[in-house]
Amino acid sequence: MQKLTKDDVHPKIVQALLGADIHLTIDDALENEMILNMGPQHPATHGVLRMLLRLDGETVVACVPELGYLHRGYEKMAENMSYLEFMPHTDRLDYISPPANNVAYALAVEKLAGITAPPRAQYIRMLLAELARMCSHLVAIGALAMDVGALTVFLWGLREREKILDFFDVICGARFTTSYARIGGVASDVTSDTLKNITAFIDQFEEKFDEMERLLNGNRIFIERLEGVGVIEKDDAVDLGFTGPNLRASGVEFDLRRATPYLFYNEMDFNIPVYTEGDCLARYFVRADELRESAKIVRQVIDKIPNGEVMLNSPKKVLPRKTEIYTKMEELIHDFMIVNFGINPPVGEVYHAVENSKGELGFYIVSKGEGQPWRMKIRSPSFANLQAIPHLVKGQMISDVVAIVGSIDPIMGEADK
Amino acid sequence: MGLESKLTNDGFFTTTVDALAAWARENSVWPMPMGISCCAIEMMASGDPKYDISRFGSEVMRFTPRQCDLMIVAGTVTYKMAHVVKKIYDQMPEPKWVIAMGACTSTGGMYRSYNVVQGIDQFLPVDVYAAGCPPRPENLLNALMQIQDKIGKTRVKDFPDVPQAGFESKQNELFLSKN
Amino acid sequence: MKELLNEKLTKQFPEIHFEVIEQFDELTFKFDKSAVVPVCKYLKETDGLKFNLCEDVTAVDWATRKNRFTVVYHLFSMENKFRLCLKVDVDESECSVESVSSVWRAANWPEREAYDMYGITFLKHPDLRRMYMPEEFEYYPLRKEYPLMGIPGAVPLPKK
Repeated sequence: MQKLTKDDVHPKIVQALLGADIHLTIDDALENEMILNMGPQHPATHGVLRMLLRLDGETVVACVPELGYLHRGYEKMAENMSYLEFMPHTDRLDYISPPANNVAYALAVEKLAGITAPPRAQYIRMLLAELARMCSHLVAIGALAMDVGALTVFLWGLREREKILDFFDVICGARFTTSYARIGGVASDVTSDTLKNITAFIDQFEEKFDEMERLLNGNRIFIERLEGVGVIEKDDAVDLGFTGPNLRASGVEFDLRRATPYLFYNEMDFNIPVYTEGDCLARYFVRADELRESAKIVRQVIDKIPNGEVMLNSPKKVLPRKTEIYTKMEELIHDFMIVNFGINPPVGEVYHAVENSKGELGFYIVSKGEGQPWRMKIRSPSFANLQAIPHLVKGQMISDVVAIVGSIDPIMGEADK
Repeated sequence: MGLESKLTNDGFFTTTVDALAAWARENSVWPMPMGISCCAIEMMASGDPKYDISRFGSEVMRFTPRQCDLMIVAGTVTYKMAHVVKKIYDQMPEPKWVIAMGACTSTGGMYRSYNVVQGIDQFLPVDVYAAGCPPRPENLLNALMQIQDKIGKTRVKDFPDVPQAGFESKQNELFLSKN
Repeated sequence: MKELLNEKLTKQFPEIHFEVIEQFDELTFKFDKSAVVPVCKYLKETDGLKFNLCEDVTAVDWATRKNRFTVVYHLFSMENKFRLCLKVDVDESECSVESVSSVWRAANWPEREAYDMYGITFLKHPDLRRMYMPEEFEYYPLRKEYPLMGIPGAVPLPKK
């Protein structure tokens, strides 16, 4: 963090920081106040987020976040590759819970192509999406605790997460960036041994998470640093575009798994935790409760999973099975066409959104009938959540900024696309 | 390290000091985690109880460049971020090494687009490239061990702190150019 | 819901022509760009409609001579659990449309991103700057004529 003069900061950003005080010139505006740069490289910003704070002593008067340090050009690349080739890129969007992004993208393309995956594939996708949500919330709680000083919780959370990543390794083939969902199903089947091991993991997870919560819930320092900090009211939250746990901590009961059900969520029995205070502590409690609800859903999925195949048998739109490609002519031709020219969905556009661990992840795909999309827009929850930072941070101190960013839990990979 | 600069001939005393200094340096490499995107999560995972990085002496992942000697660039470097990475690299004191973790830092990775630098060796001197997308924590630990081997072979005369005739260290260059 | 929307909108705005498209279970309304803010305000505030969550504001480049861009708004009504899509055509010669950030503050950053990527100016936007690319960048990356690998030298790289 360094003190900046008016030559270091771009004039448009200075103007945005000064906001309504445009009658003050730059020279006297900074007499009593200071512009501080919480730069892209900072231990407490989750990823490469640059925030310029205008400070009056230690209180923040205005804040301008600057994104774009991880802008990799996803949308331009998507126009140049087929739908199937884009799957590994969706892993790297919300890179803490990759299987959930794969599932979201596969659902959007299937809606466009007009196909539905078989039931067993949908249950497996639900299983992975909930395990990914658990991974993400463990890291979020751990990082928030680490930012306010409780380092042990972070390591314990990572230890539990490693066990989940072992399951991803066995099911998907890769422990982190999985690329497991396919258009028309999932890549490979899950054995019953794996399902038994997942049940054993969930059985011991509840008490391990109780231990972690015991460290935090009664901890005076943790509670005092987060209570009453970064409060956002119900109407402001909806107006600013919040979705996900941040919105549910402000008293709005809105979850896309209930509002517009997808996969088989309307057959699962789970609660939606809602808290009304709207401060950082409420956001932490929502995530902790959601972890337990996800564990409940995983148990139900494993009980109810039907037998069957995991890829749809629709050769024009879905990759055929490998055994048939090597023996039958038609399947060979279809495989060649799909891999080289892509599936050709009908002309049109679709917007499909799912409830990710950070909020609502939506894909808007415009197709002109070719193998590549004409336009793909990714509506990422972290981008919308970060919009509220200037509103939340006004009047707080610098150390509260750290706690607020930690409780919003942005992931720059999806905010910057 | 004033003693080192006086010992420039390869006598018995010098080689022992060499070995001692190299051993001390390689077993306490303090990394500077330049965690930008997904590889940063695997770097965090290499610090967790399962793939403990602290048994290699690298537990101290300080986020300030002034105290570190190894920069692990983990994540896609875009053109906007490249200036920041270079600035932080310049702030690290000598001797310093760089691990390019992952495919994105080595060659631009799977991102062949307008905003991604196709390999950080276009503006940083890289010592070890760790392949993978992202590299498993064991892979990162392997890269760390290779850096340790590289450090183990250094001699004290590689790092003069008093500029010899004809040799200008980077810090001196910056100092001279400002005035 | 579709009939309710159609009826209310045509009654409130008789002079605007709404083109209704229904595809893949989604509803889209297409109309003229001069009426964007009144229509959005009406959709947000009327009882029975209440589209209070602005999910996204984005743009599509059709690479045609006339009406090159389309600005797309995705709205969601939490009460009725209904998603609506609004579309507005923007011509390249007059590349601007009025900003809806006065109706929903959530539209602020997506509009900046559309400006950054396509060059569509949003009038009366409180803070129209580039979102992802640096301020000195001269091109608009998502337009169809911009190459995927970029133009070398457009953003400088630090020296070794």
